[in-house]
Amino acid sequence: MANMVRRHTTSARLWRAGLYTLLIVAALVYLLPLVVMLLTSLKPLDDIRAGGLLSLPSTISFEAWSKAWSSACTGMRCDGMSGYFLNSIAIVVPAVAISSFVGALNGYVLTKWRFRGANLCFALLLFGCFVPFQVVLMPMARTLGWLGLASSTSGLVLVHVVYGIAFTTLFFRNYYVSIPDEMIAAAKLDGAGFWRIFWRILLPVSGPIITVTVIWQFTQIWNDFLFGVSFAGFDSQPVTVALNNMVNTSTGVKEYNVDMAAAMIAALPTLVVYVLAGKYFVRGLTAGSVKG
Amino acid sequence: MPSNVSAPATGERRHRRSLAGHIERVLPRLVVAPSLGVALFFVYGYMLWTFLLSLTNSRMLPQYDFVGFAQYARLFANERWHVAATNLVVFGGLFIVSCLVIGLLLAVFLDQRIRQEGALRTVYLYPMALSLIVTGVVWRWLLNPGLGIQAMVRGWGFEDFTFNWLVDSDMAIYTLVIAAVWQASGFVMALFLAGLRSIDDSLFQAAALDGASLPRIYTRIVLPSLRPVVFSAVMILAHIAIKSFDLVMALTGGGPGYATDLPATFMYAHTFTRGQIGLGSASAIMMLCGVLAILVPYLYSELRGQRHG
Amino acid sequence: MKTIHALAAGALLAAAVGQANAAEIEVLHWWTSGGEAKAANLLKEKLEAKGHTWKDFAVAGGAGDSAMTVLKSRAISGNPPAVAQIKGPLIKEWGDMGFLGNIDKAAEADGWDDFLPEEIAAADKVDGHYAAVPVNIHRINWIWANPEVLEDSGVDHVPQTWDEFFDAADKIREAGYIPLAHGGQPWQDATVFEVVMMGIGGGDFYRKAFVDLDPEALTSDTMIKALKTFKKLRGTMDDNIAGRDWNIATSMVINGKAAMQIMGDWAKGEFTAAGMTPGEDYECVAPPMTESMFSYNTDSLAMFDVDDEGKQQAQLDLASIVLSKDFQVQFNQAKGSIPVRLDVSLDDFDACAKASREAFDVAMDEDALVPSLAHGMAVSDSQQGAVFDVITNFFNDPDMKAETASERLVSAVRAAE
Repeated sequence: MANMVRRHTTSARLWRAGLYTLLIVAALVYLLPLVVMLLTSLKPLDDIRAGGLLSLPSTISFEAWSKAWSSACTGMRCDGMSGYFLNSIAIVVPAVAISSFVGALNGYVLTKWRFRGANLCFALLLFGCFVPFQVVLMPMARTLGWLGLASSTSGLVLVHVVYGIAFTTLFFRNYYVSIPDEMIAAAKLDGAGFWRIFWRILLPVSGPIITVTVIWQFTQIWNDFLFGVSFAGFDSQPVTVALNNMVNTSTGVKEYNVDMAAAMIAALPTLVVYVLAGKYFVRGLTAGSVKG
Repeated sequence: MPSNVSAPATGERRHRRSLAGHIERVLPRLVVAPSLGVALFFVYGYMLWTFLLSLTNSRMLPQYDFVGFAQYARLFANERWHVAATNLVVFGGLFIVSCLVIGLLLAVFLDQRIRQEGALRTVYLYPMALSLIVTGVVWRWLLNPGLGIQAMVRGWGFEDFTFNWLVDSDMAIYTLVIAAVWQASGFVMALFLAGLRSIDDSLFQAAALDGASLPRIYTRIVLPSLRPVVFSAVMILAHIAIKSFDLVMALTGGGPGYATDLPATFMYAHTFTRGQIGLGSASAIMMLCGVLAILVPYLYSELRGQRHG
Repeated sequence: MKTIHALAAGALLAAAVGQANAAEIEVLHWWTSGGEAKAANLLKEKLEAKGHTWKDFAVAGGAGDSAMTVLKSRAISGNPPAVAQIKGPLIKEWGDMGFLGNIDKAAEADGWDDFLPEEIAAADKVDGHYAAVPVNIHRINWIWANPEVLEDSGVDHVPQTWDEFFDAADKIREAGYIPLAHGGQPWQDATVFEVVMMGIGGGDFYRKAFVDLDPEALTSDTMIKALKTFKKLRGTMDDNIAGRDWNIATSMVINGKAAMQIMGDWAKGEFTAAGMTPGEDYECVAPPMTESMFSYNTDSLAMFDVDDEGKQQAQLDLASIVLSKDFQVQFNQAKGSIPVRLDVSLDDFDACAKASREAFDVAMDEDALVPSLAHGMAVSDSQQGAVFDVITNFFNDPDMKAETASERLVSAVRAAE
């Protein structure tokens, strides 16, 4: 669309030049914090002490990165962020998988097998999106204690699934609404049942929305700090807790270059996901979830 | 379970089919039931518990000496709570409007057959991938007059340039808006872009043939059809605004003074670091009431709209 | 083959020791920065030498705020760690709720009462029994000064009275430096205020105002004077203090942008990291009128009530390691604080630590040893928060009068009860 104004007049050229300038300036503004992080992580500590956040490093060194990865102290363990990655992955993978699957099923039922009260049911689920996590911290601690899941990876997975379902359901429901009901009706006439329709008809066309949901959930859970710090055990703390311990020392010497390197390392997985899958993200949104 | 739907033997066909039909009728509800149960317990049950706590005199840990609505009276007598509540209105309003405007503009501009669109899109989108624990520190540096943008621009020779919102009690709340918009506007851009792409091209062509100008096409045809996107975006932005916690902690710590306190940080401070669980719970309940005030009208219009269409 | 045998024998031996009284104990703490962590690692090694296992649970942030959140969530889930870093009056609160154990056995065996300062030992007891072990003593009332900046401004010594201070500040400002480096965070504001207030009011007044929270003291003329002096200090700082971390303020003193900073003795770590020597490259002096006073901040490890006998033994072992002489020396040298044991020699410590110990002794004699409110040693956390709110708001609001602030202190403290 919008290809109707491609007349080669000076004003059109000016308009496009302005457009590009605007977009590029905006891009620079968006990039600024990342650039500061990157520059700082590559500077020796003396450069930072001397001031000048945006100054170029006098010498580029990757020392801070290797320290953040393998030897910075995150408590008494001084082996950097590396060990915490597995912990985070052990939480994120099952939590994303389960919450996305449950969300897909819910979306499927709430759009294609509507029963009386389905709308109310959706509304009730949706409210879960809005509950501030600080509010549920205490009752959740009590519940995990009852379930015997306190300070464990499974407990954390449970927490993330519970508060992820609201969003995944929202995404899938909005996507499935746009899939014509006639397809389902036809399948039913052919004798296909509940599960077969889900597996054979809906899931195969759900690629885009699965991408959106997985990216969203992955980002949310990977970046979570509050639940991670409250409900993890000493041996299952996620990356964000390690990062916090590194960055937020209260009465110790701060090494900003290591802090920033650690922050970049902690953010790498989500950054990579956005860069690689960003295209599908917009496509997934285009494919239907914008409908409401 | 899929065996339920496979073709049965001839003799029992009728019977099996009705049984299968029965299961089929109940199955959808069974599938949603666990999620609903989880929500009832982990969302509504917890709210109820929080409400009970707000009626008690709980301090460091929950206890059950009921004091009626005394905590609410204390909450409303608390000046800091008023600051926090006002801040949420200012912050939330500006944040949502700015994200919508910037997101829409970026989306419309990106939709003009831009070269390297993918790269630009990723650049606008990436802040969403980062945790504010990380970016809050960087924003604090950038917005600090002595270290960041002000110092940089002055370094270029503009000695009178001033950008000191972070250290100004009256303006600090706007720095929260800047950082939050930076983080979320790319996501809104993606939503709008997706909306623009799903508009039928023939609409454009028809309008163009009628001689409508480009701005006119956008205001008359494109924007109205983006209404559902606006709803989705507002929903997601509102939830971000209400949950904003990391942002405040990392960027301003609630300061100067408590000028940038938000209800979420107020609630956390009183419940966890100040041993006033009763008061903290009362503030949590007030927050949830605020959420309901936004969510119920939205859901009403949304779900009612569907019934008609 | 031989080595395998040796290994197997060693393993057997370890297993035997383990069966006797060894256990795994989880320790929640916020010692995460390089120096602190190294110091605390000593503790871990010594504990493990006794056959126990240290399970490390570190949570940094907000001077222990985050760690306390985690501790509460763990306690509510019925799964508290065996040992947790808790400070001041909070130890009693946890004890009163029945969460803490009893380590009198270790205290008696090592004779803690003989070498611990009485006031500090009292904070670690619940109903007369030791439930926690103190680790160190930080002094809050310090001015860290850059002598070159002072000299360049024509100020020949660190001011001893507030009048002198403001005169000196004018000179320093004229010479183009920032007189006082500061970070505008509530706890830093409160730190500076309590130092000003204790100098103006003295030890007894400080205790009345900031330990008993006596309304009369809070609205007294002395308090108003302290508040006014505090507000006047705002003019000796730069414009960009809001949200600044304390160590950034310290680095302003280090690199000669600012002349002085009021901060506890952990600031030493920053100077040391910059390769500076106390007494030569930088000075540590008591702030005006607090020379013979000592505002303390002590870290303690509280022992939670555990059933397992092995764990109880591990707690006792940990407690006696913490108070062993060599650990006290090594840990406190790394942390910038002074040993909590009065019978430990400070020969190997730097000049500032020695001065800190001298001030401590004098303050004990003169009844001028006071707990720091800004660092959670004096009042409950709800009252501390209420005081922070008023102080920081007063400091940041150019229009608020000292009289208004002192009235607000009274009402805020009452509301937080």
